[in-house]
Amino acid sequence: MKSYQFEFERPLAELERRIEEMRAQAQAGKVNLTAEIAGVERRLAAERQQIYTNLNAWQRVQISRHPRRPYFLDYVSRLFEDFTELHGDRIHADDQALIGGFATFHDGKTVRRVMALGHQKGHDTKENLRRNFGMAHPEGYRKALRLMRMADRFDLPILCFIDTPGAYPGVEAEERHVAEAIAVNLREMTDLRVPIIATVIGEGGSGGALGIGIADRVLILENAYYSVISPEGCAAILWKDRAHAPAAAEALRCSARDLLQAKLVDEIIPEPLGGAHQDAAAVAQALKAALAAHLTELSRWSPSRLLETRYRRYRSVGVVESGVASRTARPRRKPRSTRTRR
Amino acid sequence: METPPPSSAPPPPTTPAPKAPAALAKVFDKPRAVSGVKRREIPKGVWIRCNGCDEMITCKELNESLRVCPRCRFHFPARARDRVAWLADSGTFEEKDVALSPVDALGFRGAVSYAPKLRANQKKTGLKDAIVTGFCAIEGRRVGLAVMDFEFLGGSMGSVVGEKITRTIEGATRAKLPVILICASGGARMYEGMLSLMQMAKTSAALARHARARLACVNVLTNPTMAGVMASFGSLGDVILAEPKARIGFAGARVIRETTREELPEGFQTAEFLLEHGLIDLIVHRRDLKATLARILNFTSRVRCRARRA
Repeated sequence: MKSYQFEFERPLAELERRIEEMRAQAQAGKVNLTAEIAGVERRLAAERQQIYTNLNAWQRVQISRHPRRPYFLDYVSRLFEDFTELHGDRIHADDQALIGGFATFHDGKTVRRVMALGHQKGHDTKENLRRNFGMAHPEGYRKALRLMRMADRFDLPILCFIDTPGAYPGVEAEERHVAEAIAVNLREMTDLRVPIIATVIGEGGSGGALGIGIADRVLILENAYYSVISPEGCAAILWKDRAHAPAAAEALRCSARDLLQAKLVDEIIPEPLGGAHQDAAAVAQALKAALAAHLTELSRWSPSRLLETRYRRYRSVGVVESGVASRTARPRRKPRSTRTRR
Repeated sequence: METPPPSSAPPPPTTPAPKAPAALAKVFDKPRAVSGVKRREIPKGVWIRCNGCDEMITCKELNESLRVCPRCRFHFPARARDRVAWLADSGTFEEKDVALSPVDALGFRGAVSYAPKLRANQKKTGLKDAIVTGFCAIEGRRVGLAVMDFEFLGGSMGSVVGEKITRTIEGATRAKLPVILICASGGARMYEGMLSLMQMAKTSAALARHARARLACVNVLTNPTMAGVMASFGSLGDVILAEPKARIGFAGARVIRETTREELPEGFQTAEFLLEHGLIDLIVHRRDLKATLARILNFTSRVRCRARRA
């Protein structure tokens, strides 16, 4: 597979091609081009630095969709020991686009039993067909809820990994009521009495992402995005042309940095220059450290504190203007303490 | 996601014609519904062509019949304040958060920018945002009521819609009242980006607490109720009603057609389709809505249950 995929990476591909040419020349003609090659390599390094540290929103969206980007299972193998996948929603099917199971999270100090779940894409066409390109059906969201409820019963913290273009838009998905499956997850996740940490590892596509995204902490990888609508979808509606996706990506403010600024995510996990696919192990390590720190903190919280804080986290999102001399607009009240369910 | 206005299957909602001086009505004879007559030749505000049966109806007649075609029962889109007037016992509606206004928090710039869009819609509808909320009585039963207005930016849910719905639910939880949520929306409002998506979480969380307090939520899904609204509070009612032929779903028909390259089944994503698939409880004619809600409230009102137990 090409190491460079995108238009904005073309200068790098060009420089690399030149280096290879010079190496071939040197070998064939037995000329010494070491100094020249070193020069071009320096340029390549500088160019890489220049391009990858100045990525715009759309370029990051592209990187988040890189076919070699590490997906959920690539992290599972690096973050957990003995991941035991659990299958099926007990009603209709086992959705391979949204999977999960028991896992042991060993951060060097503490060993924790957790429930890990996430969207799964495929690295090749065959796997992508099986995984439906990471677009889950209603049964995926219902399986996720089944696993999360089980985690709640057995006091397992829940780690969700978000990476989906969106829930699958299809006739059968509608017939089995994907909207309801997501809605119920939103409602029920606010009631789970165990810590939940959601990490956007690639694409955070709208409702399909949020369907496993209600959490006490939301982390996001540096080049991942999380958006109410895909940039292409937004461009198709507002510009009447999907080609305006770059402008839409900018306008939607869906990149990690924008989301951190808006306090919609808690932490950005850095990626190596060029994207997570350049060094999955390094990303996994950084992610592991962050997850460990948040789990350590959250596991000290009582269930009622978790529920109250989680409620307030979502309750406070939104920017409104209360208007002048509004008689009826009530000052925001602190939500009343939660009642225990059992 | 915001979905473009309804496409082919159910007829697209017509923009409600503004009321014209009654004197004007005399000027025009009833135009015949001959095919080939262009829509713009119809004098606005007096006559309106029914999207269901293609017949001409006077606007007066339409408004008197709750904006339902007297001939074919096609349900025209209705404004939020009209719906409040149709449902609430007269004089009981106390509106809340009237002045709560949207903010262009992202500074959204695009082919269409948010700020001018907001101003235009506020002017067009006389509302600050796509919703009217408050508390009222329905045949004597107190409820929290939220009514969405499709006329305002396609009823899309941004911070104000999410906040007003959440305040209504929280207020109802405190007062131990059921909530009635009347939905009409293309989905989350993309001009507010992730703030809009998070309104799905906010309203659903409020409904979780409301439900935990053993209080009822009744949804009325009207044409159209799609995407982010359907994937949050729109689907979370204990009882879910819908208006006839309302388009209801998650993904837009066009997106589904493009993704799957399949022909969509007859009547796909209509209220009737959802009823047949077991996804909603009842389809109710607008004329019967108030009585039906009152009947449901009889069975689900906390206050009455308590009284009976005591």
